[in-house]
Amino acid sequence: MSKTTTTTAAEKPVGEVTGPSRGSFLRDRLQQSLAFGTLIVLLIFFSLASSNFLSWSNISGILLATAVIGILAFGTTLVIVTAGIDLSIGTGMTLCAVVTGVLLVNWELPLLVGVLGGIATGALMGFINGFNVSVFKLPPFIATLAMMMIAQGLALVVSGVRPIYFSGVDGFKEIALGAIIPGLPNAVLILFLTGIAAFLLLSKTLLGRYTFAIGSNEEATKISGVNTGKWKILIYTVAGIFTGIAGVVIAARLDSAQPQLGVGYELQAIAAVIIGGTSLMGGRGSILGTLIGALIMSVLINGLRIMSVQTEWQNVVVGVVILVAVFTDSLRRRREA
Amino acid sequence: MNAPLLKVEGVSKSFPGVKALDDVHFDVSRGEVLALVGENGAGKSSLMKILSGIYVKDAGTIYLEGEPVEITGPRHAQDLGIIIVHQEMNLMPHLTVAQNIFIGREPRVLGFLDERRLNRDTAVLLARLGISEFRPTDLVENLTVAKQQMVEIAKALSFDAKVVIMDEPTSALTQTETDTLFRLISELKASGIGIIYISHRMEELSRIADRITVLRDGKYIGTRERTAVTQHEIIKMMVGREINENARPATMRADNVDDVVLRVEGLSTKKLLRDVSFELRRGEILGFSGLMGAGRTELARAIIGADRTTAGKIFVNGVETTISQPAHAVAKGIGYLSEDRKQLGLLLDRDVNTNILLSSLGRYANFLGFMKTGPGKGTSRKYVESLRIKTPSIFATTKNLSGGNQQKVVIAKWLARDCDILIFDEPTRGIDVGAKEEIYRLLNELVERGKSIIMISSELPEVLRLSHRIIVMANGRITGELTSNEAEQEKIMDYATRISQ
Repeated sequence: MSKTTTTTAAEKPVGEVTGPSRGSFLRDRLQQSLAFGTLIVLLIFFSLASSNFLSWSNISGILLATAVIGILAFGTTLVIVTAGIDLSIGTGMTLCAVVTGVLLVNWELPLLVGVLGGIATGALMGFINGFNVSVFKLPPFIATLAMMMIAQGLALVVSGVRPIYFSGVDGFKEIALGAIIPGLPNAVLILFLTGIAAFLLLSKTLLGRYTFAIGSNEEATKISGVNTGKWKILIYTVAGIFTGIAGVVIAARLDSAQPQLGVGYELQAIAAVIIGGTSLMGGRGSILGTLIGALIMSVLINGLRIMSVQTEWQNVVVGVVILVAVFTDSLRRRREA
Repeated sequence: MNAPLLKVEGVSKSFPGVKALDDVHFDVSRGEVLALVGENGAGKSSLMKILSGIYVKDAGTIYLEGEPVEITGPRHAQDLGIIIVHQEMNLMPHLTVAQNIFIGREPRVLGFLDERRLNRDTAVLLARLGISEFRPTDLVENLTVAKQQMVEIAKALSFDAKVVIMDEPTSALTQTETDTLFRLISELKASGIGIIYISHRMEELSRIADRITVLRDGKYIGTRERTAVTQHEIIKMMVGREINENARPATMRADNVDDVVLRVEGLSTKKLLRDVSFELRRGEILGFSGLMGAGRTELARAIIGADRTTAGKIFVNGVETTISQPAHAVAKGIGYLSEDRKQLGLLLDRDVNTNILLSSLGRYANFLGFMKTGPGKGTSRKYVESLRIKTPSIFATTKNLSGGNQQKVVIAKWLARDCDILIFDEPTRGIDVGAKEEIYRLLNELVERGKSIIMISSELPEVLRLSHRIIVMANGRITGELTSNEAEQEKIMDYATRISQ
């Protein structure tokens, strides 16, 4: 009886989120709300500037273009929240695509084996990254820079410096371009599914909690009895799985594994994460923000292209957007300090 | 029931160049508060870290309920029921109170975190402890230092504890919060938990300790029943000699009294400082006292332009000066010696020469930017000699010097830059007892040579001994000013605890 009373009495303040907490909630979400506002403004701007912009085929094209960067960015969000970085996701993705190509085209193994083989390659690379960071205490920048170059080289070696075409493999390109939901390319479906998975991982699981904890204060987390080394390996491995999925999706979308591709994807993915409000200092970030960040980048590029802005200038604009995003983030942090 | 709850026997621990613990022993029984006292560097922290599994001991045995145990890590210590309340904040600022308290022990349903139960358990825990200052869902980064300390304590008490170790738990707490803590401690005692209480506040020990164990320079000195010992005896055991508590600084030269080198008027910052005004005279040591979080370090940072101010004026030698970044402060002859020497004061991996010249490198470069090595070395040698820095050569790596000598290197750096106003933040933190004397002597020499010193220190004896005047801060304001003649510990503590204003 008395126990019930205590619980009810104690429960009351929990539900009661008043003034200060809501204020800080808004402040914490500032970067994300800004990003969302930016996305809306861009959408309105481009739809006014060009009547083609809002057509379904264009929107589905934007989403399709977001898929690969988005999936990479989801994985790397986890790593960045730990105050780490993963530079190996671009060329790593290519290596995963090439491995899938070799398994399916050269060795003619079943579709599922090829897909899982590609994803497992990503997981293995992530595991090695995590191992180097946790056990050998390499700075994440160095560990993943090395992996970036190793993956780039291996992709060329394994493929024999030639693209691998999947034309003979039944059902492979449907992984990206088919439509289980009519009108929606599967790649976009995969983007949303991986997004939901990453969201659940980051906000509802132990892995996510320790991701934030490590990024917030790694030493304190360790002293609290959490095996931070083990969890970091796991976090990098999960990021690697996302890289593997992105590799399969890009191979299916291009219906080929292009070994020369990949450099630059990691920076675009990291840019999407930053625009979405995840702090490079760790401890702060969200998957929704990353999705919005990735969308902003592809909407920008798509819109500029529709407006016939040259590719060179598209890059300049994206660069400026990244600067603005990081600037607002540092403004917020300065105000807190 | 005869065996003590926790018994430590013959524990030793060495670090390169230092014997942190040498054959230390003590024990604590159920329902007992054992106070562990000693000066900084006496080995209290190392002992704690061994008990909590962060360090591995070199020798000795730890018995828990009569059984020898090898503590292999923080998690193992927790599982054994040895719980620690850390002095420095060990919280994850971006997580909520509840998430911090139950880190590593999150309740789950079907593999997913059970946030509702987490918050409910925390609410129950906080209610049980009578803590109503914050809610389970509050982000820790939005809490004050004192409240964060309460989170630490709540976290420690959320375990099934057999032994609770508290390291200076009241250093950041107000009187009311301290009372709450002591109430918690007596509840813990009543439930049969043994408490190791580390502090050097004598008045606290007489309130809660049952027995007092004294460490000095890593060695066990003795254990006394609290009722059978006076504060004076304990202090004597701690310092190993009769201390003259009435030692006071030499009087300032009379001709300096009107020579104000630094005047601060109405300095405020957005976060903490409110309308801070004071004067510093030539040849003066001006002590700043106060509790942790009172705003002393923030004041120093505001003066040197490291943090932005919202109001206030700074006059250097009578001229109003705008200092918006540390480089301006240095140009005006104000040097700041951070309490965090290793992070902010020194390039530990470089040699003594580089460190001494770091702030004045521009002087030793020719017009193309190439370094002239000869004159620089001369300067370094001069300061190594005049400050009596013990180092094999000016090219020895700074990391290998003792704490006291590292501090001297930082001082040399600012002297080489012709700084006349030196702000020392905790000048003797982490420095051995013997080396402290040397630093004190050096500070006195500096003011005799016409330098002026602001000394921020949490050690009252140090403030009393060196300062010509003492300014006490609390909650971002100046709450009192004392001359060295009228200053005594009780008066300072009285001003320092005037939080509400």
